Amino acid sequence: MIKDKEVAPRVEQPSQAEGMSRYLNARTRDIPPSGIRRFFDLVSSSKDKEIISLGVGEPDFVTPWRVRDAAVYSLEKGKTQYTPNAGTPELREAIGQYLHDQFSVDYDPDKEIVVTVGGSEGIDLALRALIEPGDEILVPEPTYLPYAPISTLAGGVAVGIETFAKDQFKLTAESLRAAITPRSKVLIFCYPSNPTGAIMTYEEMLPIAKLVEEHDLIVISDEIYAELTYGSRHVSFASLPGMRDRTILVSGFSKAFAMTGWRMGYVCAHPDLIAAMLKIHQYTIMCAPIMAQVAALESLSPTGLEEKDRMIESYNQRRRLVVHGFREIGMPCHEPQGAFYAFPSIQQTGLSSEEFAQRLVLEAKVAAVPGYVFGKGGEGFLRCCYATSVVQLQEALERIGQFLHRIK
Amino acid sequence: MNQLKLSILDLLKEDARLAPSTIATMLGAAEAEVSAAITEMEKDHVIVKYATVINWSKVDDEKVTALIEVECTPERGRGFESIAERIYLYPEVKSVFLMSGAYDLCVEIEGKNLKEVASFVSNKLSTIESVISTKTFFILKKYKQDGIIFEEFEDDGRLLISP
Repeated sequence: MIKDKEVAPRVEQPSQAEGMSRYLNARTRDIPPSGIRRFFDLVSSSKDKEIISLGVGEPDFVTPWRVRDAAVYSLEKGKTQYTPNAGTPELREAIGQYLHDQFSVDYDPDKEIVVTVGGSEGIDLALRALIEPGDEILVPEPTYLPYAPISTLAGGVAVGIETFAKDQFKLTAESLRAAITPRSKVLIFCYPSNPTGAIMTYEEMLPIAKLVEEHDLIVISDEIYAELTYGSRHVSFASLPGMRDRTILVSGFSKAFAMTGWRMGYVCAHPDLIAAMLKIHQYTIMCAPIMAQVAALESLSPTGLEEKDRMIESYNQRRRLVVHGFREIGMPCHEPQGAFYAFPSIQQTGLSSEEFAQRLVLEAKVAAVPGYVFGKGGEGFLRCCYATSVVQLQEALERIGQFLHRIK
Repeated sequence: MNQLKLSILDLLKEDARLAPSTIATMLGAAEAEVSAAITEMEKDHVIVKYATVINWSKVDDEKVTALIEVECTPERGRGFESIAERIYLYPEVKSVFLMSGAYDLCVEIEGKNLKEVASFVSNKLSTIESVISTKTFFILKKYKQDGIIFEEFEDDGRLLISP
């Protein structure tokens, strides 16, 4: 449940449960349908082959062949068993080494790392392990959609904190302070950000860390886009002074390693927290699929890491192209310094983001996600994923430009 | 070679039609600088040509390609240079490589049909004085050439919209 009704104006009133729905628990039944789902149905129903989609949330690369091949080979070798609950020792070891090398954070592979089914499972584990009924979960918005529903399912209350284009959608200490109540327990911190592409620097995070300490909060730091920063290196929340034990670091292989469909994530934290999350994981999931773990291990090999770097460079080139393109056609766009999304403003058109996105699909055959679905502060913007070929991006920009001209 | 030039080459290798202005935006460089680098590389013959990769098996007018292993005696003072030149000047010859190992030159030849290739080998190639022997291997299917896979893959498998 989202506390502030303004956050989700499209929440449908819980209907009188009918048919088999009357057996559902209210918590699940009353989770509002996601705005992105509605938009997905609209776009998918058109079946128009000419639609260029900037609406995706995943890389356009397929998983590098050496990684796929490693999984195929493991299947041929008959690796089809359970693994230890926390994941194979080799993979945990490799993740520990990788986090040390890339982000200067150190986790004990035996006691502080659990391999999960995607980063999403990590979020779910963390919230279920931490939240007592009614606890508040602070979520800077606009943001990735599932945080609020997962919070609700865990019995908590998600509290959106609006961030603004003028601040490049960074979380400020003032707005965090204003949102903290005695029930606040967790801050979900997701930078680089989906959908805004915002990042937070070390200096910008220090005052946040100070408040976290003062108010005794736990931070779930979703660093799934950590590798995708352009110009400056990602700073892990866990690497801030005093924050390691207060941080549950959630990440995975989906974005930087182009492995969305493998569902490979991991969660790192203090042994006491990990032990609790591991209990939930072992009883509900048992272990992540072995073939996906083999693939993830290969992606952390030296050549696997090189392939990752090559992909990141390619996103950066397309990022510059698309931001430049939006500004050229008169869509103000802050500089996204992370992830693979641009978040241009459509406020000057006078249309709502939903109306704009719908008309853009129908009239210009370009799909992008209306900002309102990402919560507070998302209205007036459009999430455009630039993980698409240069030719397609140029064509999409051309079409959007013409569309803007027509609706003037 | 500087980093800018290497990055330009990386992009042009994938798409030779990219405009200098687009390349400049993608690399975060000034357009004038990119144009100058391209001109310089053209002049230095680093960029040799802007050609098109064609899958000839899709064209009705089919061609036959063969790889020929050529053993030859190098010439005093010039090694294999002049023999290679005598071979590569023929328009039928698509590529010539000097090889290490069991033979000396690897020659790729293209013709309208088997007969034409065979006749080129017996009449032109084998008769060069320093050529000792040739072995001809016809190419049956091209899967990948110069880093480009010829097979057509399915469209983008991603959902149109995802969170």
